[in-house]
Amino acid sequence: MAFQILLNFFIAFIWMFLSTNFASSNFVVGFILGMIMIYIMRNFFTSRLYISRFWAVIKLVVLFMKELILANFQVFMVIIKPKLDMNPAFFAMQTELEQDWEITLLSSLITLTPGTIVVHLSDDSKTLYIHAIDIDDVDSAVDSIKNSFEKAILEVSRS
Amino acid sequence: MNVNPIIEWVGVLLILGGSLMSLISAFGLLRLPDVYTRSHAATKSSTLAVLLSLLGAFLYFWAHEGYISVRLILGIVFVFLTAPVAGHLITRAAYRSGVELSESSDDDELEDVLFPEGRNKGS
Repeated sequence: MAFQILLNFFIAFIWMFLSTNFASSNFVVGFILGMIMIYIMRNFFTSRLYISRFWAVIKLVVLFMKELILANFQVFMVIIKPKLDMNPAFFAMQTELEQDWEITLLSSLITLTPGTIVVHLSDDSKTLYIHAIDIDDVDSAVDSIKNSFEKAILEVSRS
Repeated sequence: MNVNPIIEWVGVLLILGGSLMSLISAFGLLRLPDVYTRSHAATKSSTLAVLLSLLGAFLYFWAHEGYISVRLILGIVFVFLTAPVAGHLITRAAYRSGVELSESSDDDELEDVLFPEGRNKGS
């Protein structure tokens, strides 16, 4: 993926030298042309196109912002309620993610979103132990994390 | 010329929202029963409060002074990188040193993993 970005920069520079115009707008034109060329040549790369990965990163950021606001709303509702009747609990969640940075990213996202904090990661990096502030059903909580964040991170990292 | 006051007002509303958030987060710190639930209020609400305040300040300076402050953006990014790690570490240290959960808690799947011979028998 880094190779494709470098190649795209290289094409943009070639375009600048070909047209002997070294303004930054000309660089942007060359970059877009390079993107089109890389898209046409996509069958020759072993990994997938960096543009689609970039798009997956943007989708992850948008998902995260949405979940952050929802999470804060949920914590408010718990705090403001006149009677504190929440059920905090610790639950375990199996994760399919393998690399360290993916697990770090997943646990940061879990910590910042709907009423959950990661407390412990098992020694074989397969299970996350999570504390939830108000939980009715462990399975649905696990499912919602798996379907939103873990899927989005897998979408970013798959080769 | 009519765009700038609108952006200024958006900044003002963001700062108001951020201060309300931090107020509610402080209420949460007072009301919630144990360390773990308090850390929820501390990490999440105050992160969003800082985010909203810095974003509001950024928009205000941009519209009013015409000054784009990159440091405010960097501040937002660094708060987002560090706040969850801090929350995680504090909660983890509390759990490992054996702080009790509140009585309203449900189940505790972590206890068997970290303290196989019972919570207060080690150390």
